[in-house]
Amino acid sequence: MKTNIILAGVGGQGILSIATVLGAAALSEKLYFKQAEVHGMSQRGGDVQSNLRISDTPIASDLIPQGAADLIISLEPMEALRYVSYLSPTGWIVTSTVPFKNIPDYPEQVVLDSELGTYSRVVAFDMDAVAKEVATQRSANMVLLGAAAPHTGISPEKIEAAITTIFSPKGQAIVDANIAAFRAGLTHSK
Amino acid sequence: MEKNLQMLLGDEALALGAINAGLSGMYAYPGTPSTEITEFIQSHPVARQRHIHSHWSSNEKTAMEEALGMSFCGKRAMVAMKHVGMNVCADPFVNSAMTGANGGLIVVAADDPSMHSSQNEQDSRFYADFAFIPALEPSNQQEAYDMASYAFILSEKFETPVMMRLVTRLSHSRAVVKTDTVPESEKDLTYPRSTAQWVLMPGNSRKRYPVVLKQYETLAEASENSPFNSFTDGPDHSMGIIASGIAYNYLMENYPDGCPYPVVKISQYPLPVNMLKKLYDSCDKILVLEEGQPVIEQKMRGLLDTTGKILGRFTGRVPRTGELNPDNVRAALGLPPLPVNAPSQVVMPRPPALCQGCSHRDVYHALNEVMDGYPAPKVFGDIGCYTLGWLAPFTAIDAVVDMGASITMAKGAADAGQHPSVAVIGDSTFTHSGMTGLLDAVNENSPITVIISDNLTTGMTGGQDSQGTGKLEDICLGLGVKEEHLKTIDALPKNHQEIVNLIKTEVEYPGTSVIIIRRECIQTARRHAKMK
Repeated sequence: MKTNIILAGVGGQGILSIATVLGAAALSEKLYFKQAEVHGMSQRGGDVQSNLRISDTPIASDLIPQGAADLIISLEPMEALRYVSYLSPTGWIVTSTVPFKNIPDYPEQVVLDSELGTYSRVVAFDMDAVAKEVATQRSANMVLLGAAAPHTGISPEKIEAAITTIFSPKGQAIVDANIAAFRAGLTHSK
Repeated sequence: MEKNLQMLLGDEALALGAINAGLSGMYAYPGTPSTEITEFIQSHPVARQRHIHSHWSSNEKTAMEEALGMSFCGKRAMVAMKHVGMNVCADPFVNSAMTGANGGLIVVAADDPSMHSSQNEQDSRFYADFAFIPALEPSNQQEAYDMASYAFILSEKFETPVMMRLVTRLSHSRAVVKTDTVPESEKDLTYPRSTAQWVLMPGNSRKRYPVVLKQYETLAEASENSPFNSFTDGPDHSMGIIASGIAYNYLMENYPDGCPYPVVKISQYPLPVNMLKKLYDSCDKILVLEEGQPVIEQKMRGLLDTTGKILGRFTGRVPRTGELNPDNVRAALGLPPLPVNAPSQVVMPRPPALCQGCSHRDVYHALNEVMDGYPAPKVFGDIGCYTLGWLAPFTAIDAVVDMGASITMAKGAADAGQHPSVAVIGDSTFTHSGMTGLLDAVNENSPITVIISDNLTTGMTGGQDSQGTGKLEDICLGLGVKEEHLKTIDALPKNHQEIVNLIKTEVEYPGTSVIIIRRECIQTARRHAKMK
């Protein structure tokens, strides 16, 4: 197996905890894993992305070639569209529909919806709402991971185990909230 | 031997490699993408238990000299910085080739091609070659780990500092790394065999210089046999490829079943001339793939080459600027592009911005209000989050060059007759390189207003301790700033009018004044609240 994932969002949204969970799952499965991320000035409320590659054979490049991403995972609809040139013809877009508007010229919702509609493999819903239903809004990233889970190449059970590993230092309540969010996301997956 | 498997950033892999190789001292000033090396050591249990030095230094020059002092005493030391930090420590770095090293000494230069978080994309390999210091350039996280121990041994064998050149995509990329389970012991305190070598008086240096030059030739021979350099033959000799550091990964990404061309992989400098000559002589064309500036390509080509045999950044085969990626390397190899979706037409740029509630915002709101009252005010900014004050909605600053330049440029502008001439500098940048410039201004009582936007941290790099915290007033007074022209105020919206008045008054004072506007960075404040 070989899965190329682009994680997208806005600085401060917490996309990197998704990478941390998938990394822990990959490590426990003895899979190869590479994850390039952005630090420094670009984190300050700007667009952020992380390239994540999981494989059962050695991975050469830290960066994903254009047209080779199997999955774009985004906490923000416009940010999902920023990376479509990286998406492979058979790739999936999994994104929250909740916009993060911190720029004056943010596009209209209908414009974003119609552009997302031109892609055939899309999972898009209000992840904040689902997160609030089962836990708190802060777990929206685990809802997102749940919705994307079937396309990661790692089984949902293994990802759940990794969530437990990663969040257990913060206490059982946090683990439970994140697992609940993950499972709720999973029910929305395609 | 038993190994652990760990998920590590390139920076962390190098840091752990150094700890496990018996590191005694880590010296650094924070700078993207190098910061995580020191942070990793600060929080590592072995480092804590052994009391490995890892306190932040005031700047890269002090860090380099402190590391050199530890090396003098026979212990293994590492100093880390971003590429422009090499400019700050250039004096001790270049001269450390003349003194040589006693305990193993690694100088980490983390380059930032594509300028993700930097003002230029200078290539640190030039510095290594200029100083006659060997350099290592890991191509992946495992090499970053393995090279730490290798570099210390190389450094001690040849009694020279060794540069470790990292780039953003290695420093800030995570992978699974095989690591040792038991760390080596630290070295004992021992002194250099030759003391004359460490006293760089002209007479000593004139004796030492030919030795350094001769040794650089020996180091080139060592590069021929380095486990990190290799010549791999291929069936198709119409082209030969030189790939250094992470460029090698982008090459192999495009040939998952093996590269058809002969390849020289370079991860140790000075360049292995024989290995390169063998490639050059056996191939019709040579493609040079290197992250950063065309350092190898320039050496290969020389000044007078007109054969057109060597392809790379100079010939446009590889983009002249910016970092490499699998796609531009693919194009350079002449492979057809993968089918891709057209980029979205509706996506808007989302530039970085100061956080909501950031204290720098209070500074710029007030400063702009005062500056609006003058026909041609000039504000000299500095390096940090507050550089973002150049962007809308503030558009508050006119120049940003390097660490500390706000104060000295404001002084130079005032010397030229500019008024108002204002400097905006952060607390950490002030103690890094602003203090000496302030002394220049004080000595001439230059008519400048220095605003120290003190957020009690090194914010841009993620909130490291700032060396001047709690000391800024004393430092300014000690440098000779007059007490009546040293003002301190909290950066709070309720103080807006008072801040405006302070700036207005001090701008009209025809001498050097300093206004410290202070409130903790909201990111570090949040973290500190959580820790309580």
